[in-house]
Amino acid sequence: MQGSTIDTATTNYNGAVVSETANESEHGDYRLLALIIFLASESLMFGGLFAAYLIYRGSAGAWPPEETEVEFLLPAINTVILISSSFVIHRGDVAIKNNNVGGMRLWYGLTALMGAIFLGGQVYEYLNLGYGLDKNVFSSCFYLMTGFHGLHVFVGILLMLGVLWRSRRPNHYNEAKHTGVEMTEIYWHFVDIIWIVLFGLLYVLTLL
Amino acid sequence: MAQAQIPIDSQINGAHQHPEAWSWYHYFWYNTDHKVIGIQYLVFSFIFYLIAGVMALFLRAELYTPDSDLLDPNVYNTLLTNHGTMMIFFWIVPAAIGGFGNYLVPLMIGAKDMAFPNLNAISFWLNPVAALLMGVSLYFGGAQSGWTAYPPLSLITNNLGQSFWILSIVFVGTSSILGAINFLVTIFKMRTPSMKWDEMPLFCWAMIATSALALFSTPVLAIGLTLLLFDINFGTGFFRPEMGGDIVVYQHLFWFYSHPAVYLMILPIFGIMSEVISTHARKPIFGYKAIAYSSLAICVVGLFVWVHHMFTSGTPAWMRMFFTISTLIVAVPTGVKIFSWVATLWGGKIRLTSPLLFAVGLLAMFVFGGLSGVTLGTAPFDIHVHDTYYVVGHFHYVLFGGSVFGLYAAIYHWFPKMTGRMYNEPLGRVHFLLTFIGANMTFLPMHQLGMQGMPRRIAMYDPQFAGLNQLCTIGSMILGVSIIPFLINMIWSWGWGEQAPRNPWRSLTLEWQTTSPPAIENFDEEPILWAGPYDYGVDTQMEDDEETVEELLATVKSEVK
Repeated sequence: MQGSTIDTATTNYNGAVVSETANESEHGDYRLLALIIFLASESLMFGGLFAAYLIYRGSAGAWPPEETEVEFLLPAINTVILISSSFVIHRGDVAIKNNNVGGMRLWYGLTALMGAIFLGGQVYEYLNLGYGLDKNVFSSCFYLMTGFHGLHVFVGILLMLGVLWRSRRPNHYNEAKHTGVEMTEIYWHFVDIIWIVLFGLLYVLTLL
Repeated sequence: MAQAQIPIDSQINGAHQHPEAWSWYHYFWYNTDHKVIGIQYLVFSFIFYLIAGVMALFLRAELYTPDSDLLDPNVYNTLLTNHGTMMIFFWIVPAAIGGFGNYLVPLMIGAKDMAFPNLNAISFWLNPVAALLMGVSLYFGGAQSGWTAYPPLSLITNNLGQSFWILSIVFVGTSSILGAINFLVTIFKMRTPSMKWDEMPLFCWAMIATSALALFSTPVLAIGLTLLLFDINFGTGFFRPEMGGDIVVYQHLFWFYSHPAVYLMILPIFGIMSEVISTHARKPIFGYKAIAYSSLAICVVGLFVWVHHMFTSGTPAWMRMFFTISTLIVAVPTGVKIFSWVATLWGGKIRLTSPLLFAVGLLAMFVFGGLSGVTLGTAPFDIHVHDTYYVVGHFHYVLFGGSVFGLYAAIYHWFPKMTGRMYNEPLGRVHFLLTFIGANMTFLPMHQLGMQGMPRRIAMYDPQFAGLNQLCTIGSMILGVSIIPFLINMIWSWGWGEQAPRNPWRSLTLEWQTTSPPAIENFDEEPILWAGPYDYGVDTQMEDDEETVEELLATVKSEVK
């Protein structure tokens, strides 16, 4: 249920219920379940990319090929920022469950900022690598995988901004009704997990 | 209160969110009713069936003679590619999953609508967008590298047409994923409270398996095609060996989706078969649980057989062995279903209606296609006939003889429910006869051609193959003609047919408990499960009485004495 306590249902002249609170309150709220199914499907999209990458790596002589080395320090810092943001966003979720909208807004704003810093760092890295995606198959993989993940980070930031925008209306979110907040958090954790695998594949594995 | 001042009329109007019944124009615009969406899917996809069918007729006409005399070879390639693409992505998948899935699932489980009606409408409207992109692709000459779009061919032929083709497929894939989420949540969460898992119609079980497959395989195709798009347009090297890329990676990504895609196209049909056969044979379905679980088994095993399309792509021996075995295993749950349907028919009070005719036709055709599939799944034989007409013959037996026959059965079976009118039975039988003869005449000789070594996807061929090709072409023209009685039947019956009662087939599933066509939110009141979905000929009154059959017989005996 959407958690609304206002029941506007009335009965018409012959006693039948003619109006209910809202259309979506006719059945339970299954959006969280839908999101989880969607993310399971999404993970196979990344799964396909990861598998392709590993096949290329397995059949290549040197990995990464010459002239396409990657940095390590900046992405490592970026990784720390992104992973900590998962804890930050969880604070926001805890806040809304205690009916603390102000706290939720603060933590979600902070997470969005950390996401933006991550994206900024990613763009900075792109600009300083000195090769494009058409150099060899490694550079193609590198840009496509990080870019595709970056797109997901960007969508996550938009979701957080959406939550912030909606939460300006009093009582739009409260301790009983915050599916949108929760969905944003789950999505963000997903983006985070994907990055951990990506970081392992693109940065750690290339050092070995 | 303010409400007291509102006249009763406006209060009622304000409370009703929908009109009492949909008008014709509601079907041409954004609508969240699952029944409207189902019919939108069906009509939309049927148009593409006709377009892709005409393409096939041109292809066959060209192949009547060994020389290239009707079509330019480039046009031939475009038609060949788009015939396959449209039949799969714009006809069978949207008609079976989008059309019948959307129309039937909420009705069968006694729900008012799908779990996410807006998402459902969006899933549908992604398809016209995809069709538009396909149109743009065709305007630029169309994709010409086959529906598989293997690099390097897809990298070097008609880049613009190929790129729009990719975008179009990605849209269809997105639609398919969103639809699958909707089906799973709807079936898991929105069954009418008294319906247990094993009281669910088998079509819903099939839709669970279909949706799970779509969810796990479609994203992989999307990523494969995205990489191809980047290779064509942005200079990446995923499938360019000179840059360290590997074309076999594309084949893996492609077939990881496209093999399960054949189950996407047949699993909903299997669901339809269980409904149609049990209803028209007036017998409880044989092996309910076996059929239900074999759908799930196909779903799981079907995800691990894709390499059997790549036996000639330098696949290592252990992989050939593994995927030969897994391919043969997937035939087992399919066989379970076939035997269950035959056992259901056995001793039933069979009514030879059009849906039953098509269902039995499907059994014959699909068993044949399934057997040729088993031969193809065996690596030693596959290497011999790979990329020949044997493969074309095989997959048309399962896709036309299976999926399309099943869709016809479903259209006839649920036509009274969807339109509120009866179709014309004699015309339906003529349609079946022409389709059955045409299909066998077109696709059976192809096996022979393939064994003799005629390669597929070519406009010109060796003159020694001319005779059998002419037979195929004549068969395909019969198939082309077979659509005419169907079209007349559908259009005439929809407009002027006899009014259909609520339940013309005396079927037991829930969609027949409501009016024909169903009211806007399906059921006036919560539907009641007064029998299992397939309890035909089961005397439910007996359970209430204390008397058993033996006791009854004893009474009869004593009376005779």
